Amino acid sequence: MSTLLEVSGVSVSFDGFKAINNLSFQIGAQELRAVIGPNGAGKTTFMDIITSKTRPDEGRISYGDKGLSLLSMSESRIAQAGIGRKFQRPTVFEDQSVADNLMMALRKARGPLRVLMFRPTPADHDRIAELAGEIGLSGMLHRKSGELSHGQKQWLEIGMLLAQEPRLLLVDEPAAGMTPAEREHTTDILREAARTRAVVVVEHDMEFVRRLGCKVTVLHEGSVLAEGSIDHVTKNEKVIDVYLGR
Amino acid sequence: MSETSLTSGQTRTPLALRFPSVLVFLAMLALFTLGVTILSEGFGIGVISTSFVKTLGKTLCLCLVALAMDLVWGYCGILSLGHMAFFGLGGYAIGMWLMYERTRLIVVDSLAASELPPTAQEISDGIATQIFGVVGASEFPPVWAFAHSLPIQLAFVVLIPGLLAFVFGWLAFRSRVTGVYLSILTQAMTLALSLYLFQNDSGLRGNNGLSGLQNLPGLDAVPQATVSLWFFWGSAFALGAGYLLCAWIVSGKFGSVIRAIRDDEARVRFLGYPVEAFKLFIFTLTAVIAGIAGALYYPQAGIINPTEIAPIASIYLAVWVAIGGRGRLYGAVIGAAFVSLLSTWFTGGQAPDINLGFYTIQWVNWWTVLLGLSFVAVTLFAPKGIGGLVDIIADRTSPNRHGADLGPDPGALREKEADK
Repeated sequence: MSTLLEVSGVSVSFDGFKAINNLSFQIGAQELRAVIGPNGAGKTTFMDIITSKTRPDEGRISYGDKGLSLLSMSESRIAQAGIGRKFQRPTVFEDQSVADNLMMALRKARGPLRVLMFRPTPADHDRIAELAGEIGLSGMLHRKSGELSHGQKQWLEIGMLLAQEPRLLLVDEPAAGMTPAEREHTTDILREAARTRAVVVVEHDMEFVRRLGCKVTVLHEGSVLAEGSIDHVTKNEKVIDVYLGR
Repeated sequence: MSETSLTSGQTRTPLALRFPSVLVFLAMLALFTLGVTILSEGFGIGVISTSFVKTLGKTLCLCLVALAMDLVWGYCGILSLGHMAFFGLGGYAIGMWLMYERTRLIVVDSLAASELPPTAQEISDGIATQIFGVVGASEFPPVWAFAHSLPIQLAFVVLIPGLLAFVFGWLAFRSRVTGVYLSILTQAMTLALSLYLFQNDSGLRGNNGLSGLQNLPGLDAVPQATVSLWFFWGSAFALGAGYLLCAWIVSGKFGSVIRAIRDDEARVRFLGYPVEAFKLFIFTLTAVIAGIAGALYYPQAGIINPTEIAPIASIYLAVWVAIGGRGRLYGAVIGAAFVSLLSTWFTGGQAPDINLGFYTIQWVNWWTVLLGLSFVAVTLFAPKGIGGLVDIIADRTSPNRHGADLGPDPGALREKEADK
């Protein structure tokens, strides 16, 4: 299995506080990975660094077959290179319809002039209808996304990510605030997505991670504490001490 | 907004049908233009005075610049408080040619009587003395290098505001200056520009500005009643074309993206859109529209001076758009037309003063207070502005269920089907 993303020796500190400390991490091209850790372990900062929202003080990040360095790229370039990100709070464009949200996310040219000249083809509409089916929003394409329930917004955001056709999907707490049935659906969507791409899920909820049934990376104080199957890491003494023991 | 059905194989519906408001607007503009023409002194029965035709023509130009403001602020979320600078620059660009050419004709005329035919140098000196005598100069400053050429000055109407906006926007957006800081920067830009133009050695006649712009060179024989209508028609055409352009821009995915930038810029970046490029595009385009509006406005006003691009002018522009209703194109037009005409009425001394016994409210002075209060009131109580009234009327006739079911059971008719 080829490596899609390799983070090596990355550190970042905010006003002297080391949020990420010599962190190394890799993920394969078709892999589902859960990242867990207590509050302040640096999970979100880790995603911020990959998507260039935060610049690290040191370290290297190489991405893709050509080993592109992400550190010198802007957020939008990184997104265009195939890294999609879902934030903790659902952030969809509430003033616009579900269809418009998905249309914006569809993998197409992103420059202003190309966007200005863009007119959707029937194939694009079909793709949107298909995506809406996958995320269970088929009947709501014309509703403003602000009218959706919390769980539906989360799905819409995942749908927008899928529309981008990313090679690496970073998902921050996808199950937060969802009902059990919604969680189950979310698990299915993520597992399905990981068949064709790399998916990194940051999650608090152990049960949810267990259901994902994938390799788990435990972060603590900005570096990797343990890595392996969920059963492996939950038996690890250090992990029990810092995380599960609480 | 997006009424495009998602069934595959659909054909593209024309812009006007997807946005009935565009059609309604263009029809009303055409009727208005026709009505004013019929009632004018120049071509009709003379009910409307020439000066009022000019006021109406100027109002149309203000509506056009308000459209630009709505695009940049209402849709893209960039509260620019400097767009009247671009408007003024457009006015200066066309004003330079108008003034140069008219003065040239006068100078050539007066020199024709002399025994020796005048040299080109004499003519040039004559024009320069005429134009710049008022600021104590008698030579052409470098900025007037192309003032003799109408095509070049017309190109400047578009190029100068466009270039200034491009450079300013590039610097500001690249540094991720947003929100109130950007507003302050744009204010600083327009203030700096107006202060510069106030100087006598700026080359644009300092605080005297450019005058006599209502007289078209070589067309002295044409009465103002006719010229005023030419400009009125030109302004109406520009407004119609500008409206179509703006409607086209905001209708498709581009409109979606800029509204998304307005609502959550960081999120748009993570979708892969180069947010700065989009902002720069809109900022520059609206500056160009503002320049064109200004170039049509000032020949009707007759005079342009640096006060016109003082910061307050741009703030008024924002107030018009806010009162009219931002985020909808007709809102901006309604706001600009309504407030600027009302302002003309109040400040023109036509509004009856109110005698309270102990104090007389003179509207010439109190109008700005009233305007300020209504701006606060609109912001607090009716953020959708006057345009929001359209929603209330539309909602009364057909409640907007946003495409939801009409009945309780899942198979019930949906709103979209029921509409057909």
